[in-house]
Formats: sequence, C-alpha cells, structure tokens
Amino acid sequence: MAEIENMEVWQDPETIQTILHNAQTVAIVGLSSNPLRASNFVGFYARRHGYRVIPVNPRETEVFGERSWPSLSEIPEPVDVVDVFRAPDAVPGIVEESIAINAKALWLQFGVIHEEAATEARTAGIDVVMDRCLKIEHARYIGRMHVLGFNTNTLSARREAPA
Amino acid sequence: MSEEHRPDREFGFHTRSIHAGARPDPTTGARAIPIFQTTSYVFEDPESAAAYFNLQEYGNTYSRIMNPTVAAFEERLSNLEGGIGAVAFASGLAAQSSALFTLLAPGDHVVASAALYGGTVTQLKHLERKLSLDVTFVDPDRPQNWADAVREETKLLFGETIGNPGGNVLDIEVIANIAHDAGAPLLVDNTFATPWLCRPLDWGADIVVHSATKFLGGHGTSIGGAVVDAGEFDWSNGRFPIIAEPSPAYHGLAFHETFGTYGYLMKLRAETLRDLGGAMSPFNAFLFLQGIETLGLRMDRHVGNARTIAEWLSERDDVTQVRYPGLAGSKYGELVAKYLPRGAGAVFCFDLDGGREAGQDFIRGVRLFSHLANVGDAKSLIIHPASTTHRQLTDDELAAAGIGPGTIRLSIGLEDAQDLLWDLEQGFAQIG
Ligand SMILES: Cc1ncc(COP(=O)(O)O)c(C=O)c1O
Repeated sequence: MAEIENMEVWQDPETIQTILHNAQTVAIVGLSSNPLRASNFVGFYARRHGYRVIPVNPRETEVFGERSWPSLSEIPEPVDVVDVFRAPDAVPGIVEESIAINAKALWLQFGVIHEEAATEARTAGIDVVMDRCLKIEHARYIGRMHVLGFNTNTLSARREAPA
Repeated sequence: MSEEHRPDREFGFHTRSIHAGARPDPTTGARAIPIFQTTSYVFEDPESAAAYFNLQEYGNTYSRIMNPTVAAFEERLSNLEGGIGAVAFASGLAAQSSALFTLLAPGDHVVASAALYGGTVTQLKHLERKLSLDVTFVDPDRPQNWADAVREETKLLFGETIGNPGGNVLDIEVIANIAHDAGAPLLVDNTFATPWLCRPLDWGADIVVHSATKFLGGHGTSIGGAVVDAGEFDWSNGRFPIIAEPSPAYHGLAFHETFGTYGYLMKLRAETLRDLGGAMSPFNAFLFLQGIETLGLRMDRHVGNARTIAEWLSERDDVTQVRYPGLAGSKYGELVAKYLPRGAGAVFCFDLDGGREAGQDFIRGVRLFSHLANVGDAKSLIIHPASTTHRQLTDDELAAAGIGPGTIRLSIGLEDAQDLLWDLEQGFAQIG
C-alpha cells in the first residue's frame, strides 16, 4: 500500500461529517452485486440510511434493483458523492469524470490511495476523503457504531432523540 | 450537524474516563449507564434483523455477542487506550485466549515474555498443546532475545508493560519494531499500568489486552477483561489468511476486505466471541465503568503509596531486595522514564532475609493487608508465593521463576501510607 506522509489531511473529521450530512445521492464506482463484497456492504448500508445509491460498474446491469451505469458521465442526474471501490490507478480517470459531472465530494475507500489525483480533485473544488470507509464514518458520527464497542471519539452529555 | 458532535476538541484523560462511551440514554434520559440486563433485543422488522446478522448494519441481536452496557465499557476503554475499538470478555484470560484464537492458526509460532503472569504462561502452554501452536518464552529484558526467537512462522509477540510479579518493564517501541520487521503484531498486556500510566498503542503495539479485574475495576468486585485494537496492523500482508481470506465460519465473509482496519475486531466479536462465548456480564461492565471514572485519580494514589512503601522497604536491613521498577537505581530506570513517567504501578515484590518460614510469619503479622491472590484493589493485598501460588515448586524451581523462598508480593491500595507502613512493621515484628 502506498505510504502517504500526511494522510490526516485527507481524513478530516469536519469534511467527513459535512459530506455525510449534506449528501443525498452517492454514486458507487465498482459497486458489486455480490453481497459479500465490501462495496455491496456500503451500498446496502447507505440505502438503509436514506441515501440514493447509483451503481457505476460496466460489469453489472443492476444492483439493489437500480440500473448500473458503465461510467459516471452517463448518469442522467446530479451526483453529490462519488464513492470509489477501484484500484488506485483508476482514480485519475474518475477524478476527471467527477469534475465533469460537478460532483461535490470524492470518497476513496480503504486502500484506494492516489495523492496526485486527490489533489487535482481538491483544486477543482471537490471535497476529498481518502483511505476511509463511508459506512464506518457514517456509523461513527451518525449511526450506531458504538453498539459494537468501537471508539467513535465523540463525547456528549446531551440527550438525543430516540433512534 | 449537532455542535457537540464536532470532534474538534481533544478532551483530557479524566474527561474521557467519565464521558467516553456514556451517552445519556435517549429513551429514558438516565444519566448513569443503565444496566441492560437482557439476553436479547426485539428487531424493528425482518429486514433489520437480517442486516444485523449479516453485519451489514450495527445493531443488537443477542447479549453473548453485544450488549449496550458492555459496549459503553468497550468504547470507554478503547478511547482511553487510543484504540479504534474493543471487545470485552468474561475475564482477562478469556480476552487473551480469544485475542490469540482470532489471529493464530495451527502451526503458527508465538514469541512470549517468560516473565508474563503465571496464569498467562499456563494458558499459552495449554493452547500450544491443544491448538498445535509453538510458543517460545524469552527473557524479555534483552530485545535481542526477541529478535533471535522470531522465525518464518512467527505470527505474534506477547509481553506485559510491567511484568507480574517480576516488575520487568517492556521496551515496547523496540519490541514493536522487531515484531513489525517480522510481519507480526505485538500484543501487550497493559493490566498493571492501565492507560493512565502507559498507552502501549502509542509506542507501536498493535493490540492491548486487559484484566479489568484489577485496576480498571479497582475495587476487587468483578472479573472481566478486554482486547483493544490500534487498527494499525496490516492483516493483508500475506501472513494472515485467517483474517484476510473469506471465512468459512461467517458464510464466506472476508473480514479484512469488508471492514478494513476494523476487520480484526469484527472477527473477534462476530466469530470468536460468538463461538467461544466468554462474554462479559452487563452488571460487571457497569462496575468497570464506574471504576474507570476515577482511574487516573486512583492510579496516582496507588503509585504514590507504592513509591513510599518501596522506598521505606529498601532502607531496611531485614529486606534483601525490593523489586519495584520505580525505585531510584532500578535497572529499569530508563524504561520507566520513557514509558511510565507517572509511575511504575503499584504491584511489586520484596525479599525477606529468611526462607519460607519468614514469609509465612510475615503474613501472620499483618492485619490491614489482605492475604489473598489478586492485585489492583483499593485495599492493600499481600501474598507469599512460595507457600501459596508456587507452593509445589522446589527452591531451585522458584529461583527459575524469579521468586525466592522469602519473596512477598504486595499490591498497594489507597489507604493512608502511614497506616500501611505501621502494618508492615507488624509483619517484620512477627518474624522476630
Ligand atoms: C497481568 C495479568 N494479566 C492477566 C490476568 C488474568 O486476568 P483474569 O484473572 O481477569 O482472568 C491477571 C490476573 O491475575 C494478571 O495479573
């Protein structure tokens, strides 16, 4: 795995929370219909939590009953987050397309590391998260990761509305 | 976004000891963590039930695998240790065996400190026979010993921050580097230090285990343990197919691919805890949570009392040796300065001038120190290993275990130090 000096700048908690709170539509590049694959876990979870999930994968026709598009450019509606489950060398192309379709955020999953391409996306005004899982970050800040004993690093003495 | 969820403040240790993991209960508003004394949880609908069992969603199913009171303890401890999460167990030894079971396969090799707690050594030898492992025990004080013992099949290095009862201080950073050069994780038992005195994950250890029975609970009421993961170890390095490859025990799920850095803990909970079943009880978790609220305060006092008593003992003519790593002139002085700047714990041994008889007489003489086989209580504790835990051993065998016939082990509590000194004086008087 590529080692990056300042990985924290790509994993900023504020950026992560802003993306998760504002997004409605998530295009998952490399979404698999196999329920054992990580991409399927994330897509399934995102749908349960109210996001509209758009599959992007030329090798699938349909995932979760949604049409799968061969590439980002072909999606006929606006995309808030481009969530990437692809080998790192596919990232530069995905960044170009993300800029072209006016995506607001680029989310690179565990191990999808490409600093130049990420920098290019950021320069174009796109929020970027790298080497983080969208499902886990959602569960940490909004969902229920604490029920499995994970450290959400959030502290509060306020009472929240029941789930 | 709710303001209080912005993690833009690094809260201090005491704040986190009190608040981490302890959200007010959304349904009742209860401020103390409720004891969720329930075996199981009603599902919202069949889809949610399926999603929980498939691990596609975080939710409660059955209290052998997760419980909200236990989860609060897990989150709090992992927060204090600087880990990404924790899984709690019914005892410290259950935590250790489950930590090992999750990452080892038959034929694997472990390098362990020979100065580990005796119960841990016994456990490792037992697992070695039953699981076809191979364990090499090394004198932990020379890093070269660890490096020399490592071989191709080595999948784990295992030490204690402060050894029980020898007081050996582990050179965590150096041993972690040796482990990582070998492509193996370093597991550290941090029971004696607690995260207030040392955070092994900050020094490169990958996994921390605890006997919560001791200082975390702090009042001698409950048996429990936990495994904390730093989330830093790369299980996809080709040496851990048991974690990286599809798991037959979980319908083909590949834990590392699916959960990334959380893969080890997910497997530890969803497979090992589910199948071996050593779950912590919610009531014990409640007591541990309460104990942890005062952890830093208590540890400072434990350490202060221990230092006073160790120094007092070291000035006596009828004491031949005091093995407290926090004493001036200890051979562990540099390691204590580096890893344990707040103090070297509160459990240590000293040697009486005289044999087994003297040891037993000393025990007869004291009356504040409780004569029992535990450590890490608010009450001061005492034991004479040669006539109790190590009774069957000859003097030569005792020596090999680092214990003399006149060795006494103390666990210093929170009483007034002057009263403890008065009590020890009575022990000396009894030897006559
Ligand atoms: C350092 C250490 N580790 C582990 C254990 C085992 O913990 P438990 O008794 O909770 O199983 C002990 C108990 O004495 C201990 O002292």
